[in-house]
Amino acid sequence: MQTTGAIQDTGKSPETGRLMTGAEMLLECLGREGVDCFFGYPGGVTLPFYDALYSHHIRHILVRHEENACFAAEGYARATGRVGVCCATSGPGATNLVTGLVDAMMDSIPIVAITGQVTSKLIGSDAFQEADTFGITRPATKHNFMVKNVHELPQIVHEAFYIAKTGRPGPVLVDIPKDVFQARGHYTPVDNIHLPGYRVFTEGHTGQIRRAAQLIWEAERPFVYAGGGIVAAGAAPELRELVEMADLPTVCTLMGLGALSSSHRNFISMPGMHGSYAANMGMTECDLLIALGTRFDDRVTGQLQQFARHARVIHVAIDPAEIGKNRTPDIPIVGDVKRVLQRMIKAMQELEAEFGAKKKDARRVWWDLVRGWMEEHPYDRSRDEKIIKPQHLMDEIDRLSNGQAIVTSDVGQHQMWAAQLIRFNEPRLWLNSGGLGAMGFGLPSAIGAQMARPDKLVFSICGDGGFQMSVPELATIASHALPIKIIVMNNGYLGMVRQWQTLFYNNRLSAVELDCFPDAEKLAGAYGFKGRTIDKPWELAAALEEAVKEPGPYLLNVKVSPDENVYPMVPAGGAIYEMVLGPPQPVAVA
Amino acid sequence: MLQTISILLENKPGALLRVTGVLSARGYNIESLTVAKTFDPELSRMTITVDVEDRLRAQVIKQMNKLVNVLQAVDLTDAPAVIREMVLLRVRCPQESRTAVLKEAEIFQARVVDSSVEGFAIEATGDPEKLDEFIDVMRSYGEIEVTRSGGVAMSLESKKLKLQPPVPAPAALQTT
Ligand SMILES: Cc1ncc(C[n+]2csc(CCOP(=O)(O)OP(=O)(O)O)c2C)c(N)n1
Ligand SMILES: [Mg+2]
Repeated sequence: MQTTGAIQDTGKSPETGRLMTGAEMLLECLGREGVDCFFGYPGGVTLPFYDALYSHHIRHILVRHEENACFAAEGYARATGRVGVCCATSGPGATNLVTGLVDAMMDSIPIVAITGQVTSKLIGSDAFQEADTFGITRPATKHNFMVKNVHELPQIVHEAFYIAKTGRPGPVLVDIPKDVFQARGHYTPVDNIHLPGYRVFTEGHTGQIRRAAQLIWEAERPFVYAGGGIVAAGAAPELRELVEMADLPTVCTLMGLGALSSSHRNFISMPGMHGSYAANMGMTECDLLIALGTRFDDRVTGQLQQFARHARVIHVAIDPAEIGKNRTPDIPIVGDVKRVLQRMIKAMQELEAEFGAKKKDARRVWWDLVRGWMEEHPYDRSRDEKIIKPQHLMDEIDRLSNGQAIVTSDVGQHQMWAAQLIRFNEPRLWLNSGGLGAMGFGLPSAIGAQMARPDKLVFSICGDGGFQMSVPELATIASHALPIKIIVMNNGYLGMVRQWQTLFYNNRLSAVELDCFPDAEKLAGAYGFKGRTIDKPWELAAALEEAVKEPGPYLLNVKVSPDENVYPMVPAGGAIYEMVLGPPQPVAVA
Repeated sequence: MLQTISILLENKPGALLRVTGVLSARGYNIESLTVAKTFDPELSRMTITVDVEDRLRAQVIKQMNKLVNVLQAVDLTDAPAVIREMVLLRVRCPQESRTAVLKEAEIFQARVVDSSVEGFAIEATGDPEKLDEFIDVMRSYGEIEVTRSGGVAMSLESKKLKLQPPVPAPAALQTT
């Protein structure tokens, strides 16, 4: 029995336990962590591991590129909250994982990545397929490990899972040399996690929580700014209770969509660069900003000096380093947002009699103002008779999903329109690369999501650019007959870049035209499933319905108006109330 | 202004790089860094001197505290603390100034660790400013060669360090 997790480097194995190879130990650990499937791609140094896997019950999904193994693991993790696992060989396999790791880091997604490494005695010799994975991935992970000895393998693997899923979740990589996979050792179950420098704050400061509760009752113009932390903490029920109790207008960030149901009457929309007028005006005019599980990202705040300029700020975050990073809060609360909200709700109940009714009139005026903004400038859902507008496409997907489907998105204009126009009635339905904005995320993440949630309708919305970054994964989808509905919003451009060139670079469209998109029917057909291209607005609804009805995968290539821009838009560096609400109106020439 | 950071971290491969990575990722140049293991051989104590903008100092400390291998990072810049550094210095000096050099060394409470016809090797400790002066003075006697250790610092506040106790692993990991 190990009493501490201190690395035992004695070369002597504990006397007890079953004798097995490192590869078998790893599988044993994955099993104990409840891993039912993982995503990977084999190679020379992981051969011993894949050999052990051959006769093991854990399911391995062979992707077609390691980057997609990590994205798929993220899709799995984002859709369930469980740790997603991916695996790659040394050298190029490991370097291919890096984008996915950084993506998981930026969005706080629990991932354990296993990489093979060259045999211990070759490390540092520029051996074939050697890369300094430990060094390369250090800033790309929450933490990483290199296993030097088979006896320390179980402890490290369980610590990796522990770090990945506790506190602010994130990716953890375990680098395992080939000889460690092959070495034999006695496997003893791990009975504690020994990480003396790893602290997780959960409860929040009692006094601050009480003060926050009082401020919420006392505010005349309170506004909730809820982020991905609510989703990560499973705090959606608490958020809802809080919001209903004090009747608070609420925005959910790009990462937080679904934290409060989009159909909830207190839900305003998404704030930020492409957020709604009401969301951004609410942020600007509120006198109390209640920031929950969120990090004041620059895409949300715009120019910081002008952000929530009249407001006092309550900031609840599990990561102390986020508190005061971009905005100094009046009430900082470090803790697990679920736990903190439970306690805050309790404190509010206690104070309700005293303060609850006081600001009723002011609150009504505030709500009128917010509703006014919502009615004044709702999102554009306009349609056209001749051409499919992107908004029309998202509106139709929204109709079919009805707030229930899982929607993964790639990065670009389609992502913003999807975030604006599709409702998510629960957390873990909207999966997108928020912090990193990594094109190529949309398709592989849908693989992970569909594996994790076979019961769910999964849409994968991609741009014609991003789709082509992960096109090899059509093979993975076909091979497992995953009934993902791949919807390509085809505008013939790297649309989001084109939008910036149009608006800020005199419409000099440089390297953004995407000619030569493959024929969707033939492409899908080549993989053995159905596909279709449409470009008529009257075909859209039926085509989407057909895709959804199809029992297998479906590739629907939707040609949309190429010149559409996403609005509202806060120009980079601007204050969020300085929104450009739409294209310049044509001026009648006399 | 220079910031002095004292860090207690696990004595593990890569731990040092994680800490310096917090600084290098933000483009900061480390002025000096010392590290050695503590009483407990599983832990190291590190002192870093670095030039960080005032408004980002707290953030840097938080980022370091966030590292899994770091038990505690504290900013000693404005806190009660002693900071000491060591200098090894060789000075080449003509016969006639040998006594003067020895006299100066004595004033700075430095120790001669080697003596030859060419000059002396001298060891001095003190706060970094005092050592700057010492070096200036020695330079006035002749050609010098200097190695500095970088600061080692110790807080004079009795801050309690809360150690994270081992966490019991979930039952599922233990049963066979
Ligand atoms: C890997 C990667 N490379 C480049 C970018 C920069 N980028 C952001 S959006 C975008 C255009 C995406 O085009 P498309 O996939 O067609 O989506 P659209 O904007 O047209 O909806 C680009 C190139 C990125 N986000 N990720
Ligand atoms: Mg496009």
